[in-house]
Amino acid sequence: MAADALTEPHATELSFYDTEDAHHHEAGGSTLLGFWIYLMSDALIFATLFATYGVLSTAYAGGPTPREIFELPLVAVNTALLLTSSITYGFAVIAMQENKLRATQLWLAVTGLLGIGFVTIELYEFASLIHEGATPMRSAFLSSFFTLVATHGLHVTFGIIWLGVMLVQLGQRGLIPENRRRIMCLSMFWHFLDVVWIGVFTFVYLLGVLR
Amino acid sequence: MNDAIHSHADDHGHHDEAPHFTRRGYLIGFLLSVVLTAVPFWLVMTGALHDAQATAIVIVAFAVVQILVHTVCFLHVNTRAENGWTLMAYVFTAVIVLIVIAGSLWIMYHLNSNMMPMSAADMSAQP
Amino acid sequence: MFDESLTRAIFGRLTFESFPIHEPILLVTFAGVVLGGLGVLGVVTKYRLWGWLWREWFTSIDHKKIGIMYIILGIVMLLRGFADAVMMRTQQAMAFGGNPGYLPPHHFDQVFTAHGTIMIFFVAIPLVVGLINFVMPLQIGARDVAFPFLNNLSFWLTVAGAVLVMISLFVGEFSTGGWLNYVPVTNLQNSPGTGPDYYLWALQIAGIGTTLSGINMIATVIKMRAPGMTMMKMPIFVWTAFCSNILVVAIFPVLTAAFAMLMLDRYVGTNFFTNDLGGNPMMYWNLVWIWGHPEVYVLVLPAFGIYSEITSTFTGKRLFGYSSMVYATVVITILSWLVWLHHFFTMGSGASVNSFFGIATMVISIPTGAKIFNWLFTMYRGRIRYDLPMQWVIAFMLTFTVGGMTGVLLAVPPADFVLHNSLFLVAHFHNVIIGGVVFGLFAGIEYWFPKAFGFKLDPFWGKVHFWGWVIGYWVAWTPMYVAGLMGVTRRLQHIEDPSTQPLFIIAAIGVAIIAVGILGFVIQIAVSIINRDKLRDTTGDPWNGRTLEWSTSSPPPAYNFAFTPQVHDLDAWYDMKDRHAQRPVSGFRPIHMPRNTGTGVILSALAAALGFGMIWYMWWLAIVSAVGLLVVSILHTFNYNRDYFIPAEEVAQSEDARTTLLAAGA
Repeated sequence: MAADALTEPHATELSFYDTEDAHHHEAGGSTLLGFWIYLMSDALIFATLFATYGVLSTAYAGGPTPREIFELPLVAVNTALLLTSSITYGFAVIAMQENKLRATQLWLAVTGLLGIGFVTIELYEFASLIHEGATPMRSAFLSSFFTLVATHGLHVTFGIIWLGVMLVQLGQRGLIPENRRRIMCLSMFWHFLDVVWIGVFTFVYLLGVLR
Repeated sequence: MNDAIHSHADDHGHHDEAPHFTRRGYLIGFLLSVVLTAVPFWLVMTGALHDAQATAIVIVAFAVVQILVHTVCFLHVNTRAENGWTLMAYVFTAVIVLIVIAGSLWIMYHLNSNMMPMSAADMSAQP
Repeated sequence: MFDESLTRAIFGRLTFESFPIHEPILLVTFAGVVLGGLGVLGVVTKYRLWGWLWREWFTSIDHKKIGIMYIILGIVMLLRGFADAVMMRTQQAMAFGGNPGYLPPHHFDQVFTAHGTIMIFFVAIPLVVGLINFVMPLQIGARDVAFPFLNNLSFWLTVAGAVLVMISLFVGEFSTGGWLNYVPVTNLQNSPGTGPDYYLWALQIAGIGTTLSGINMIATVIKMRAPGMTMMKMPIFVWTAFCSNILVVAIFPVLTAAFAMLMLDRYVGTNFFTNDLGGNPMMYWNLVWIWGHPEVYVLVLPAFGIYSEITSTFTGKRLFGYSSMVYATVVITILSWLVWLHHFFTMGSGASVNSFFGIATMVISIPTGAKIFNWLFTMYRGRIRYDLPMQWVIAFMLTFTVGGMTGVLLAVPPADFVLHNSLFLVAHFHNVIIGGVVFGLFAGIEYWFPKAFGFKLDPFWGKVHFWGWVIGYWVAWTPMYVAGLMGVTRRLQHIEDPSTQPLFIIAAIGVAIIAVGILGFVIQIAVSIINRDKLRDTTGDPWNGRTLEWSTSSPPPAYNFAFTPQVHDLDAWYDMKDRHAQRPVSGFRPIHMPRNTGTGVILSALAAALGFGMIWYMWWLAIVSAVGLLVVSILHTFNYNRDYFIPAEEVAQSEDARTTLLAAGA
């Protein structure tokens, strides 16, 4: 910096206060970024559960092994449901961009139904495993399997509740900026769960059956 | 870093102008992930490769690619969103996730091999 | 028979025996707490302060007030944690040979567990988060944080955790598993009582608060900086706060997941960390230390930021090597992820694992060392003013360097095999945490107190505080280094070898000196409040500061800045003073601000109730509060009316008052 930049006449040209207040902080301008950072922290919860599953995945303790208990057709159906719900959520976002309230609500409802289907099948899978004696208490492998998959399922369940609340709020107020922002946050949440599920079906189910 | 002044004004000037997502983008992502999901399931369920290790490598590779597809097409991570902060956070998290998982596996298998005079078969035979 | 099952249904496993009426120490403490508590409640009621407290403080989402409340929480919990320290030191000074001391083993185990847990989770974290909360938005020229409601919720969740820890003192017991609640001690079969459950629920609730706060601060730094403040023009404290919060967001999920799995082990009967059916206790250690090592940097990085700000202000110079300081901070943020195994070198890993983590640990000391040189070169040829904040910096540099060097010593795996679990290790981490973090927090409180309240802290009692801590620290911990080298292990309720007793007596004297320091601190605050008119600062810039927080009045108005500052250089306020920037005195506009809300308090109270219900197996309470949490959270999202405008006249009024004050001072 040249020395004369510090002398006074020059300095008056610089503005040190934003008197126009052009720089007006919108409430919620940071929400999408903040929510994204939350998702990153959630990713680390899943990373921890994956790491634990990785360490304990062969600790059968004489109990059932993956090949004996995993039913890949069921997992394939579930994967298809979740994947389809991703594209239906995408259509909801596009309907929102086009300011079509009805279509947005419709696609969100379809997404929620697919999510309910996913959770139902998962609960059915858990119930039949427990019925066969493959309970979370049976071995460290089963403890880590149930915890990892159920944590994902719990997230999907919260996503479904959020979808329900969202539909009510859309009905009350329509596509106002706050609701659009929430739809975008839930969109990230939903697609993030899909990414986690890729890890689950690959590392838990497919590699488990291969072992 | 120099554009921070401008970007700051941008954040506030027209906050409604969220990045525009296209139906085409979603459909491409969906079709790719259908393929990337179906192939691994098919490989494992039919045993088409006749080699567990090769199958494992292929399905893990497919998973990595599919995660990237979802990240780009559905989560819309790119260098422009939020001035690149979303991408930065994503890369940082990916590194940490790898450290946590790979580090834990390395450490814990090392502990097993040094502490326990047991094979995996002994472990599974334990009561 | 019916009666019994009904009582069980209502009270779970809570019975009359759960109250430690047979323990005289606890009974006296309990009486003291009840009397003191009633006194405080009485005063608040008498002066009709409840409404004021609720409206102005508890429901406030002003980052400055939340920061101050965090710091008050930290100081209160410091007194509790220090009381535990005094008990341990006196016990160990007497329990030699035939003397069993006055604390039975089971009680002693709870005391050292509570001491560590409280000092890290409910003293260090709240003080660090509190200072960041108060200072960082001011330094970046923002009017609040990115998510003001979340900030309030984070604070109250931390309080809820602290409340559960405090309840464990008088209802039931606390964990005996050490400050990270180690398995196998805390497995259900070894600790069937409520101790580990108290620990787990308190820390889960507080941990969620800390994570949310971390997300909030990161978003604030990224999105709320004043125009012109590029990343490389941010004050160094903002940089360190930023990196510290990145670490918070990345590590706390790991701890949450590890604790959740231990909870499942204890409540559901899974086998993650048990010794049966394939469970692996070492995995718990692995996970908690993935959290644990970066946590050290979560605490110490902001402290480094405080030292940097103070050194630069009190030497009247720009910080030497600003960019190297930034890079060192970022490098530490990454490297802190690659060293966690050095906490369990002796757990059985082979040479390759141990040497990788040993070398990584030695490498991380390099950026830290670079920082020390930056501070030294900032001071070099500076015109140093030895006010109290600067004195703390000097004490830090002398103390922390020793702690850093013993740390490098412990990073050498063969040395660690000798020193592991010894008092040498305990002395090392107290050396870095007291010398690095605690001194920094005190320096920060001393430095920013005038900003928060408009008057300086009393210098005489400040010196008592300072010398009490510094001398007390060295007297208490030097003998512990020696005892550790001689082979005394940590967490001993009774010590067999009488030849080491003198060392423990010296350490107890050291703790007494620290007590003088802590007392000096409490008196300092009281005396300063009484003499506040004499200590008043009307300029808002009592230290001739360099960063933006000193450009506004002390205490700052609710909106912080009537006009958002525009930044052109590092040390923005110094730059403004240097170029004679004129503060605008007219043309004020209405300011958009978030509205207060009580939802944070309600959610946290429900979380505490959920924790209490789960700890005592009062399932009805747990279910009711869990449903309550969900319902209140959902209802909160239906409130769209979350902000308001401070009218321009109100802004003009408080700014005119400041103009008058400044003119009177000039």
